[in-house]
Amino acid sequence: MMSPPNPASKHESRAAYGLVAPTFILMLLLLVLPTIAVFALSLTDAELGSTSFTFLGLDAYRDLLADRSFLRAFKNTFVYVGMVAPASVILGLMLALLIEAETLARSFFRSIYFLPVVALVVAMASVWQYLMHPSFGPINLFLNAIGLSSINWLGSSDNVLSALAVIGIWQAIGFNMVLFLAGLTGINRDLYAAAEMDGARTAWSRFWVVTWPMLGPTTLFVITITVINAVKVFETVATLTQGGPAKASEVLLWNIYQEGFVFLHIGTASAMAMVFIAVLLVLLLIQTRVLEKQVHYS
Amino acid sequence: MTVPGNPLMTFLRLAVLTLGALVMLLPFFFMISTSLKPQSEVFSSGLSLIPQHWAFVENYTKAVTRIPMLQILCNGLIVCVAIVFFQILFAFPCAYALAKLKFRGREMLFGLVLLGLLVPIHAISIPLYTTARYTGLLNTLAVLVVPFTLSVFAIFLFRQFIKTIPDDLIMAARSDGLSEMAIVWRIILPNAWPSASAFAIFSVVAHWNDLYWPLIAVSKIHLATPPLGLLFFRAAEAGDDYGALMAATVLITAPLVLFFLFAQRLFIEGMTMTGLKG
Repeated sequence: MMSPPNPASKHESRAAYGLVAPTFILMLLLLVLPTIAVFALSLTDAELGSTSFTFLGLDAYRDLLADRSFLRAFKNTFVYVGMVAPASVILGLMLALLIEAETLARSFFRSIYFLPVVALVVAMASVWQYLMHPSFGPINLFLNAIGLSSINWLGSSDNVLSALAVIGIWQAIGFNMVLFLAGLTGINRDLYAAAEMDGARTAWSRFWVVTWPMLGPTTLFVITITVINAVKVFETVATLTQGGPAKASEVLLWNIYQEGFVFLHIGTASAMAMVFIAVLLVLLLIQTRVLEKQVHYS
Repeated sequence: MTVPGNPLMTFLRLAVLTLGALVMLLPFFFMISTSLKPQSEVFSSGLSLIPQHWAFVENYTKAVTRIPMLQILCNGLIVCVAIVFFQILFAFPCAYALAKLKFRGREMLFGLVLLGLLVPIHAISIPLYTTARYTGLLNTLAVLVVPFTLSVFAIFLFRQFIKTIPDDLIMAARSDGLSEMAIVWRIILPNAWPSASAFAIFSVVAHWNDLYWPLIAVSKIHLATPPLGLLFFRAAEAGDDYGALMAATVLITAPLVLFFLFAQRLFIEGMTMTGLKG
């Protein structure tokens, strides 16, 4: 846009600056400057409370890539995401299809499945801890009752990520379900009749011919949101496992929290935070890329 | 889907939905049931949901006396209401300008909004904490609000919604002599109310749940928000007193769950709108 051509639009841009100025200043203070500060700190070995630090430059990142605990947190986060995202997206879609077909008790079921979304995560994590208690937890008692042996859910380094994933899936299903329900209502009913005339006789084949392709953009959104939310897993880890046992549940945000606010290594924590932003950036770029391809179909 | 009324299919669907619903609700059933059981029964009662001896008074007394429960719930309410208020106060004028006004730097500002969507509080918590520390803001209720007063997501969401409001409406308001600021609050806000209420729901759910920032910025129990308060309770409660812990979780979970049960449609539509736009 070039310089405003007439007095009216000069007035308009003056009004606009008046409207955006407070927000712009806040944006600088709460977003832009802190982000620049994190980047600057990430190149140093700064520690909170100490006044001297060394400039490491990109070596800080090289150190990070050699940091076993960070790599483990990185891997754990993605193992967790790899369990939560597929399960909660597929179950969310199946539930949405079942509820969409339901006529009588539709909003009843929708509300029940949505309930975990509005229940405080830290509180429900405590409930799950009880449910998963190795000796008197109802889940193990149930397993025993049907003849299976108990599982040490949160206390064993082999199971802890799966146990946290169960909680994550339970929390995410309802949210994914309502997003899919919104996507389903956007599909033109006539398409199903047309597909049936074209030979898609079963509900199963109509799903693949009509629902699945038409739901493409929704599915992509749901996957991205689920992955981004799962990458940010923190509450359950902080409440139940604190990264343990034997660091088996250390995840990215827990690592940043520990490094920055417990060990006070704010340089290292900042480098981790930059990697965290990079991960989110890559996820969003993948989403945009796939979305561009999808637009041609819908 | 198009064939209604195959009774076998209807039955199967209802069966699957009911079974799934029971699984989803089980944690809530056990939470309430355990909050009513005496400690000895928690260990021994197995899968039975109905307590043999009621320990309601005992468990709930512990839950409200070990931590200042009412204060913690009030803190959560104050923090959430303040956050939503400031987010809407700052985001609406900016979103209106981005959607409807021409000015130099608009593209750059919108680019900044999009970049901002990428940076979560977790990533910039270190400089925010350091600043709070040197300005003496740590351990105040204000520090729980200030970092969230700006929501680029709100700006993004409102801008999309305001774009659909017809220009004629704004023109008419201008010729009536309304200032741009008056247009924002008296014309745009009422017309964009669905997006504002959707965002408010989304924001309350997010900040009511947030543990990361309160854990960093606050170490005094009387300033704790519900998630942090529950962590304090867990720390004070050594051992396996699940009855009292579950009583505390019931009290801390109840406000938002009850709010949801009274305004289900508002919640679900709000979360859907913000989910799909985000």
